[in-house]
Amino acid sequence: MFQFLNLTLNGVSTGMIYAAVALALVMIWRATRIVNFAQGGMLMFTTFIAWELTEQHNVNYWVALAVAIAAGLVIGAVAERFLVRPVENGPPLNAVIVTLGLLIFLQALAGMIWGNGQAYSYSPGFSIIGYRAGSRTLLFSPNDLYIVIAVTAVVLFLYVLFQRTSLGLQMRAAAFSPEVARMLGVRVGRLLTAGWALAAALGALAGVLAAGTQPGYVTPSGPFDSLLVFGFTAAVIGGLDSPVGAVVGGLLLGILLSYAGSYISNNIPTMYAFLILLAVLMVRPNGLFSRTTARRV
Amino acid sequence: MLTVEDLVTTYGAVRALGGVTLTVEDGTVMAVLGANGAGKTTLLRTINGLVRARSGRVTWAGRDLTRTRVDDVVRLGIAHVPEGRGVITELDVEDNLRLGALWRRDRRELQTSMEEMFTLFPPLAARRGQSADTLSGGERQMLAIARALMSRPQLLLLDEPSLGLAPRITAQIMATLRRLRDEAGLTVVLVEQNARGALSVADTAVVLNLGQVVASGAASDLAGDEKLRHAYLGF
Repeated sequence: MFQFLNLTLNGVSTGMIYAAVALALVMIWRATRIVNFAQGGMLMFTTFIAWELTEQHNVNYWVALAVAIAAGLVIGAVAERFLVRPVENGPPLNAVIVTLGLLIFLQALAGMIWGNGQAYSYSPGFSIIGYRAGSRTLLFSPNDLYIVIAVTAVVLFLYVLFQRTSLGLQMRAAAFSPEVARMLGVRVGRLLTAGWALAAALGALAGVLAAGTQPGYVTPSGPFDSLLVFGFTAAVIGGLDSPVGAVVGGLLLGILLSYAGSYISNNIPTMYAFLILLAVLMVRPNGLFSRTTARRV
Repeated sequence: MLTVEDLVTTYGAVRALGGVTLTVEDGTVMAVLGANGAGKTTLLRTINGLVRARSGRVTWAGRDLTRTRVDDVVRLGIAHVPEGRGVITELDVEDNLRLGALWRRDRRELQTSMEEMFTLFPPLAARRGQSADTLSGGERQMLAIARALMSRPQLLLLDEPSLGLAPRITAQIMATLRRLRDEAGLTVVLVEQNARGALSVADTAVVLNLGQVVASGAASDLAGDEKLRHAYLGF
């Protein structure tokens, strides 16, 4: 029972990070109907920037996090404006290839700057020593609590932004129906850029949070690639179109992987992720939270 | 005043508008009539900037609309109700209406305007919090028109408002147009296949055929021209 509680808490903490990555993917999917494969590379790169600041130049953790998020905003905006916009009206595959190209480019660039074989550790924001429950130690530390609170706060912020503000309404209109939105005076292009920027910033937060969870996390590929895979799995479980689904999918995936890793075996987490995905899609082919209405493509 | 001078619009090799010229005075309703493929919708889309003109000019209140971006056109007091309605089905009724009023400066009156629309179109009031994809065809049409009116336009471009609507609702919409023209000085370009209904509310009318103006004049004159009615208007 104690182990079950521990695994659940641990799953919630990692699940929150998957949820953040999934939400970033969903935001971009909703805005531009593109699965952003570069998300993993973008958040890897912004995490490296933060790592460089904190670990090499003794910059404060929070300042480095803020810089990473700002860098995410810039990378996201530039990627949409200069890489995705030109292929926007072409076949969907073009955009996919562009995001894959960006992923490879960012990985190569990080390798050139920080070294390909190197794996660096990132000091977490808070202690990773678990809280104590009586005489036993929980698998849930102040840093885990920080992850849960940070992601929850950002998700709530995005909810309010999209559902309660005029800017959010315009962003939704631009995503659902660009031509009609344009007719109503919405600056569709700018808002799509803003959507990518916000998503990349959210990814940047997830990257820094994830980097503190394991030693040797910060490396041009590897852990960040897995993070993208798990984030994407979570997004698809949730229905790819639903922000709520992304968060639920992330938590579900985090918790189930935590159980599987302990009760079955810790060697093949990616395979579990795909088994969970397969199981969900067999029951709900469009994901847990997708709307069933037909959509013009 | 809206003026269209020698407007040519092409889709690839197809000439949808082959030099259309017309003038709509402020505070009047012009009906644009004609069969399918006559170029009526293209005319509205070109005026609105959704389609680029090949040549010719569209001016509104002294501004050249052919050089104005679509998203700026609404800021000049022009609202467009597209064919097939163009409500955003993923959003609820109130959000659709709010989008109509994005560029109004008097944000405080927004709620008042929204209540006005619910008075004008009572079926929408009952569904204000519902997603627009739960609305019937007629309700969507009402929503699209209400959304356009939310911007307090001076010029309203209406594309087939009667399409798929019950005659009673069509009559109600026509009456609303007449009232807005008389009370608020609204200028309307009304594209219709339902020529009889459109001519009953319009001050002037043009008939398009294959992208050309084949007749124009006072609405009453066109309605009285038997040959024209038989040839192009089907009543």
